[in-house]
Amino acid sequence: MDNVLVKDGVDAETVEAVKVLSGTYKYGWDTDIEMEYAPKGLSEDIVRLISSKNDEPEWMLDWRLAAYRRWLNLKVPEWAMVDYPKIDFQDQYYYARPKSMEKKPESLDDVDPKLLETYKKLGIPLKEQALLAGVEAPEGERKVAVDAVFDSVSVGTTFQKELMEAGVIFCSISEAIKDHPELIRKYLGTVVPVSDNYYATLNSAVFSDGSFVYIPPGVRCPMELSTYFRINAENTGQFERTLIIADKDSYVSYLEGCTAPKRDVAQLHAAVVELVLLDDAEIKYSTVQNWFPGDENGKGGIYNFVTKRADCRGKRSKVMWTQVETGSAVTWKYPSCILRGSESQGEFYSIAIANNMQQADTGTKMIHLGKNTKSRIVSKGISAGKAQNTYRGLVSMHPKAKHSRNYTQCDSLLIGDKCGAHTVPYIEVKNNSSRVEHEATTSKVDDDQLFYCRSRGMGEEDAVALVVNGFCKEVLQALPMEFAMEAQQLVAISLEGSVG
Amino acid sequence: MLEISNLHVQLEEEDKKILKGVNLFLEAGKVHAIMGPNGSGKSTLSYVLSGKDGYQVTDGSAHLEGKDLLDMKPEERAAAGLFLAFQYPVEIPGVGNMTFLRTAVNSQRKLRGESEMTAGEFLKEIRAKAKDLKIDAEMLKRPVNVGFSGGEKKRNEILQMAMLEPKMCILDETDSGLDVDAMKLVAQGVNALRDEKRTFLVITHYQRLLDHIKPDLVHIMANGSIIKTGGPELALEVENNGYAELLGERA
Ligand SMILES: Nc1ncnc2c1ncn2[C@@H]1O[C@H](COP(=O)(O)OP(=O)(O)O)[C@@H](O)[C@H]1O
Ligand SMILES: [Mg+2]
Repeated sequence: MDNVLVKDGVDAETVEAVKVLSGTYKYGWDTDIEMEYAPKGLSEDIVRLISSKNDEPEWMLDWRLAAYRRWLNLKVPEWAMVDYPKIDFQDQYYYARPKSMEKKPESLDDVDPKLLETYKKLGIPLKEQALLAGVEAPEGERKVAVDAVFDSVSVGTTFQKELMEAGVIFCSISEAIKDHPELIRKYLGTVVPVSDNYYATLNSAVFSDGSFVYIPPGVRCPMELSTYFRINAENTGQFERTLIIADKDSYVSYLEGCTAPKRDVAQLHAAVVELVLLDDAEIKYSTVQNWFPGDENGKGGIYNFVTKRADCRGKRSKVMWTQVETGSAVTWKYPSCILRGSESQGEFYSIAIANNMQQADTGTKMIHLGKNTKSRIVSKGISAGKAQNTYRGLVSMHPKAKHSRNYTQCDSLLIGDKCGAHTVPYIEVKNNSSRVEHEATTSKVDDDQLFYCRSRGMGEEDAVALVVNGFCKEVLQALPMEFAMEAQQLVAISLEGSVG
Repeated sequence: MLEISNLHVQLEEEDKKILKGVNLFLEAGKVHAIMGPNGSGKSTLSYVLSGKDGYQVTDGSAHLEGKDLLDMKPEERAAAGLFLAFQYPVEIPGVGNMTFLRTAVNSQRKLRGESEMTAGEFLKEIRAKAKDLKIDAEMLKRPVNVGFSGGEKKRNEILQMAMLEPKMCILDETDSGLDVDAMKLVAQGVNALRDEKRTFLVITHYQRLLDHIKPDLVHIMANGSIIKTGGPELALEVENNGYAELLGERA
């Protein structure tokens, strides 16, 4: 077959067009492409197979096997406020790769046209000099380099050469394992250890691909970096691993996007993201998480169990996590900051929207180890339909983290009366010179506000979107411009059907 | 322009009758005033006309240029040219005043099948109109009505009215809580919009606003219906003698 099969409309750029074309989830179509799967289920053989598909050195395989053996003895964590059927880890595929990717293409021009077409339809052009779709170049040209991950493999990374000239390494992690083993061996698993938690251990055993970034000392990455994760295959889990190293006095802004087709059966996504920051380094990491959320009755959707952590090893290093979580049936995710270097800073800005039957348990951990460290948390949870949205946050001031500060603001907004919002803060302060401030509010979308908007001519759903976007303002402002518009539209789309 | 006949309204939640047969006929280009004691149903009338939830129309009708208002959604009524300056304007945190107004203008245009206003056109217009109402750039950027003083909120309502250019403007106690200068500004704003195609219904307690916005007709509302209609002199009579006499007359 020459054409990519598209089930629903995809080219819509405006909220209106999306409504007309494809119901609520814009990315629910799939790509009809010949795939190659590892046998179903999980075993040592599968771990070996994944490692050999990636042509890995022995030490990497040993690392994976150790993780796998550890995982066998672990229990599924149950403390999160999410409720879903038990996952049968033997009833899914751990590796799925388009046949055409058997030999890694030499350049983007050699990538299977069906794959290129898929990303084009997602608005992620894999052509260099192109911008993300729907983005107006603010002034002059702003480039975004993209690593495109399709099921278990990276199909291509753009602008590698231009980045290389600046000394920046941006490639798939499978390539990095082969081409930059010294960096991988030095940093992989040092932020999120293999033993960290059930899903991180699983990921360590079976991760198939993901992105790798290294910014050398003193370099400000000349463009935005971005990875776009697409799950396409049925009954297949996606386990990707991202490692970003910002060396001394470097800067990078990194964006992560993700979507999946509409399917009746839930699919597992368990990623690990590790950020390493040396002295004076700064990383901005933004996510627009738009996995398929399941239908309005809770059928299908992605189970998103992700471990993301930044280690501010260096003095005065600074990390900023921004996330817009609109998708997934179940979200379990706590991007965290270890503030080890003195005067290091961690920020977390989050919008989590849960509609229909979605469940989100998300938040952050700020671990203050060094002195004069600062952290700031701004979390906006929006619940509609029958959804449950939990903010879970840990702020920990260790004895040596003298004169450290945290500010947490955690606001929940309810739309309708069948949904729930929960705030679970954990605060530990083990020195007496540090200060922790926590503010939390819960409000409802006010009928008077909606009527006010409507009496000025706005439709009901536009009015809700406007009020909710206002509620999320502080977080939207923290997003890179490229994503802010998209995120605003996403907010509107994910709340469709939440009123009336 | 606006034709209200025998309008009966009660609360949806409880069996409380608020409007008991209101009749009003407003011609294009005219300014009508409604005065009346607190609780007589003036705000309710304005809400029912603009489509707020919670009220049930049990009898009667309301038509705007022949279109059945009561059959339309609030946004459709707005697009058809109805505007209500709220007695208590609502705060919308995080939504810039300008963003709000631009969304409103373009939503109405879209509903009417017209093309959207570009950012440039919009900016030019709002700057000029804000200046007339002594609304500074800072206030345009602030979130809608959040932290606005009473007077600022009311001027902001008039700014919205000026931008939306409605045909039928209802002002619900836009003068209450304003000092004399602010009231003059508001009155100027209204007068600037007066023309032979635009109709106003001005709800007020005080004659003083009507010194600045000269009404063609004054109606007195009490206990859910219009009990008396007259010329501007009726407002003076109320100002001097209160409502007691009028209410007495009727009993
Ligand atoms: N939503 C409501 N719930 C309960 N009572 C209401 C409601 N709206 C109006 N009323 C009552 O209806 C009557 C008329 O109110 P209103 O229209 O605000 O009068 P006015 O604007 O003339 O002062 C009052 O007795 C008021 O308490
Ligand atoms: Mg009133």
